[in-house]
Amino acid sequence: MPAPFACHDLEKRYGRTVALAGVDLEVGAGELVGLLGPNGAGKSTLVKIACGLVRPSEGGAEVGGAPAGSAPARAAIGYLAELFRFPGWLTGGELLELHQRLAGSEGGAEERAELLELVGLPDAGRTKVDAMSKGMQQRLGIAQALVGAPRLLMLDEPTSALDPVGRRVVRDLLLELKRRGIAVLLNSHLLSEIERVCDRVAILSEGRVVARGSPAELARPRGVEIDVDGGQRAFPRATRDEVPEIVASLVGAGERVYGVRVLSSSLEDAYLEAVGAEPG
Amino acid sequence: MSGVATVAGYALRECTRRRVFTVVLVLTVAFLALYGLGAEAAFDAVDEVSGAGVPVDDQVLTGSTLFGLAMFTTLFLGCVLAVFLTLGAVRGDAERGLLQPLVVRPVGRTALLGGRFLAAGGVCAAYVAAMYLTAMLITGATGGWWPDHPVEPGLGLVVGVLVIAGLSLLGSVYLSSNANGIAVFMAFGAGLAAGLLGQIGDALDVDTLETVAEIASWLLPFEALYQAGLDSLTRDVRGATGVIVRLGPFGGAQEGGPLLWLWTAGYLALVAGAARAAFARRDL
Repeated sequence: MPAPFACHDLEKRYGRTVALAGVDLEVGAGELVGLLGPNGAGKSTLVKIACGLVRPSEGGAEVGGAPAGSAPARAAIGYLAELFRFPGWLTGGELLELHQRLAGSEGGAEERAELLELVGLPDAGRTKVDAMSKGMQQRLGIAQALVGAPRLLMLDEPTSALDPVGRRVVRDLLLELKRRGIAVLLNSHLLSEIERVCDRVAILSEGRVVARGSPAELARPRGVEIDVDGGQRAFPRATRDEVPEIVASLVGAGERVYGVRVLSSSLEDAYLEAVGAEPG
Repeated sequence: MSGVATVAGYALRECTRRRVFTVVLVLTVAFLALYGLGAEAAFDAVDEVSGAGVPVDDQVLTGSTLFGLAMFTTLFLGCVLAVFLTLGAVRGDAERGLLQPLVVRPVGRTALLGGRFLAAGGVCAAYVAAMYLTAMLITGATGGWWPDHPVEPGLGLVVGVLVIAGLSLLGSVYLSSNANGIAVFMAFGAGLAAGLLGQIGDALDVDTLETVAEIASWLLPFEALYQAGLDSLTRDVRGATGVIVRLGPFGGAQEGGPLLWLWTAGYLALVAGAARAAFARRDL
């Protein structure tokens, strides 16, 4: 079965500006992949190509085996743009109903109620979009993207307007979607969010993938610290696998061991290193 | 087809909720009220001076001139409505983030464009037809004058406004809302100005002006439809009255002929094809 999303040698140029310079990426079923990168790295362009909003200059992208932008590809996708707006005169329920019709979904009122419940807006069905806060609109946007049970969800900065409670709701939602086998490509500046929920991360810089892997793989070991009677002993080159031997040797030497910490760089460190920026 | 209908339904609701729609309705009522008063006063005044030995049918002269004015206003307000309902349909809505969630859906870009045209065109056509009919009834009731051929002018206005809506929709693919609105209004003004130049050229027998007007009529057929509509108001009037109404500001019009309708249908198809191709290539 083809992957929910795959792109190969994907390039996009706007005149002389290169937005994407040969990107390869795959998102498997039920996989949550985070897209990181500084402003202008090409993240939104990549997402837009996947959704058929932007045409690639070279290379190709496929959604469930169908060329991105084709009708079958669009039928398999749910999308929430970074800068989106819904007509203020529609209620939450009417907006979802409109998208059900456009998506050919036959879920009816039951699907609408379930989606609103899923994003933590069970009472928003009769609320006009104009009367909703930006955070509520963003959650409604996620519900809209889920209309028609897409195989692939593309979320471009979905938590940018959310408060901590809203972010928690979205985080739980993403994990629920993963459990249901929906693939998610999550474009976000919030490293902590990505680190918490994503299976894999791709870091883009100047239109190229400069690092990829699981958050744990991207975080590099930085040694081991051990609390002993005399204070803290540091073993900068040691790895997690060496901890038992180090502890045994310390105990053998008569030290009393109170705590062990395996140190690793954070995703933020890995990100800053990958994009060539100095930590502040 | 269901996708087009869904988009059209959505766009129709959007059209009728816009403030411009209410503004146009209020202006329309105000115009029709003034038109009724003016027509009544004009016919009364003509009745008082009639029979003074002038070999002109006062009723025809007054009726056709007044109704020509009503047709011009109908076309103008229909143009305002068509432009404001379509000026931001593609680029404007994309810049505001309204379009992308719809384009991603399987319904497709052609259906989106078709739905928008159906909704805006439907609203404008209904508006123009209603206004034309009301003005004609007012003219008939106040002065007892009716157009020689009442259907063709109304149909011409309706199709003319559809042409303007199509042009505005095509412009919305390339231009931002403000730029598109200005461009379409300028095209509308240029068309009408060319028509007047043509009348002047006809009266003074200046070939260049007539050629300019003819070219403009082919490029902007809403102008030719309007002219043809004016012509058919008094097509059957003969004698001195016929000569005078054809010299008047709203009567010196050109006959369209069947080729005009064929060309307009082809023109609309060309505009639709160009808009479809441009939208298909546009990055959002």
